[in-house]
Amino acid sequence: MNTRVAVVGVGQTAFTRSCGVSIRELCFEAFKEAMEDAGNVSTKDIDASIICSAPEYDKQRSPSGLIAEYLGLNPKPTFLAEAICASSSVGTRIGWSFIRSGLHQVIAVVGFQKMSELTSAESQERMLRGGDIMWESPFGAMMPAYYAMFARAHMNEYGTTEEQLAKVKVKSSKYSVMNPKAMYQKEITLEKALKSRVITSPLKLFDCCANADGASCMILAGEDVAKKLTDTPVWITGLGLASASMSLTGRKTVSSLSCAVEAGKQAHKMADLKPDDIDVAEVHDCFTIAEIMAYEDLGFCKRGEGGKLIDDEETYIGGRIPVNADGGLLSKGHPIGATGGSQIRTIVLQLRGDAGKTQVDGAETGLVHNIGGIGLYGSVIIFRR
Amino acid sequence: MGFEKFGEISYITETKVSDFVKHLEEGEIAAVKCKACGKLYFPPRADCIDCLSSDVEWIPLSGRGKLITYTTAYFAPAGFEAPYTLALAELEEGVRVFTRISKDAKQDEIELGMNVKLVPVRVDDRRITYELKKA
Repeated sequence: MNTRVAVVGVGQTAFTRSCGVSIRELCFEAFKEAMEDAGNVSTKDIDASIICSAPEYDKQRSPSGLIAEYLGLNPKPTFLAEAICASSSVGTRIGWSFIRSGLHQVIAVVGFQKMSELTSAESQERMLRGGDIMWESPFGAMMPAYYAMFARAHMNEYGTTEEQLAKVKVKSSKYSVMNPKAMYQKEITLEKALKSRVITSPLKLFDCCANADGASCMILAGEDVAKKLTDTPVWITGLGLASASMSLTGRKTVSSLSCAVEAGKQAHKMADLKPDDIDVAEVHDCFTIAEIMAYEDLGFCKRGEGGKLIDDEETYIGGRIPVNADGGLLSKGHPIGATGGSQIRTIVLQLRGDAGKTQVDGAETGLVHNIGGIGLYGSVIIFRR
Repeated sequence: MGFEKFGEISYITETKVSDFVKHLEEGEIAAVKCKACGKLYFPPRADCIDCLSSDVEWIPLSGRGKLITYTTAYFAPAGFEAPYTLALAELEEGVRVFTRISKDAKQDEIELGMNVKLVPVRVDDRRITYELKKA
């Protein structure tokens, strides 16, 4: 077959603290927008749906069954794809493979999370179990603490500063106020970011992303269908996916995410591109340090120069490699299962020239870096218009 | 059974390496060594990833090591009381440990690369854990 695979429709709900609707309705909103964006597609044309979520946050068991029913996608196949925060990137990879194999022609990848469905206590209890529950959770390990340990190591090794970390948040908030679907609609000054309270040293409140409710959807199609549907297909040209140990004790380095390095190499090789060839990128900035590490892991700068890259404003629009022009996880919000799909939507809009106030002029190639947990799953996907 | 006594809060009761807790109660930090290929594992595991053998033995560690990174949490998940300092250290046998740094250590004394010692500590009458002390 060897058909090319394109994204032909994208949709996303607003990311909010509390959405006030059920998960089926949340997914419908993103699905409807993606279907309308794709244009001449009806639900009958969707050959399979891949539902992406971190199910420990869901009340509904096996939510893919429920979502497919509500979206009118029975009796076509549906199932859940899970890789925590990288779930919908992994769903995209599976969708690509289905189309490439000839098994299916048109696929809906729906990512969602309604994190407000849990009480604060339930949410905290789950947060604890994100690391190795046998050897790390018993000490009170939690997601921000792991990234704080990465930050401390990065600062020690390369001289990265708290101010450089804060600058990542400043950038993200500058762009989130231009994104009507972002959770934070207020710009944060460097001073305010630096003065926010310490959560787990050296990370402060504004170094951390917030839980959110939201859904994303993309419609994938093979070349024949894509060309009939749209004049502006965005092609998936590089896919990389890798893993690393869940335990921190299993990592050789703690100032870099090895899964991202590996996934980035795979994606660049498949797309036959170098990091310098990327015009616009979305990276997984669950914490400010995560964006700095991503710059280095993806080869946007040399190892240890991530702090300088943000100092020089090279990752702003107009800079060498604009990153997270939609506000990123830090300011757009991070509804776990929906995040990868939201990142992909941003890149698709950029490559079509539909990104409005945050458009990167002439963007032809885009990259999405989406990480699961503390770097146990790393996905990098490259797109071309 | 046996592993439910490990750490501040445990999530696991059954494991093939629950004897680790017994060694800890006897004042010893024990690693696992594969009898077939000699590979050393810490945290302990019952099954060798290199040769797939499950014939392993307990080997005491010196506990001496160096601090790789740390964080002090001022916000704690349910069931834990902040503040506490989490750390990753490399032990002289070449294995790594994730645990807390003793509350005895002052914040301004903690620095990366410093010498540390991993020691067993009682949480209460029933529970036992290990922590890093400044060496």
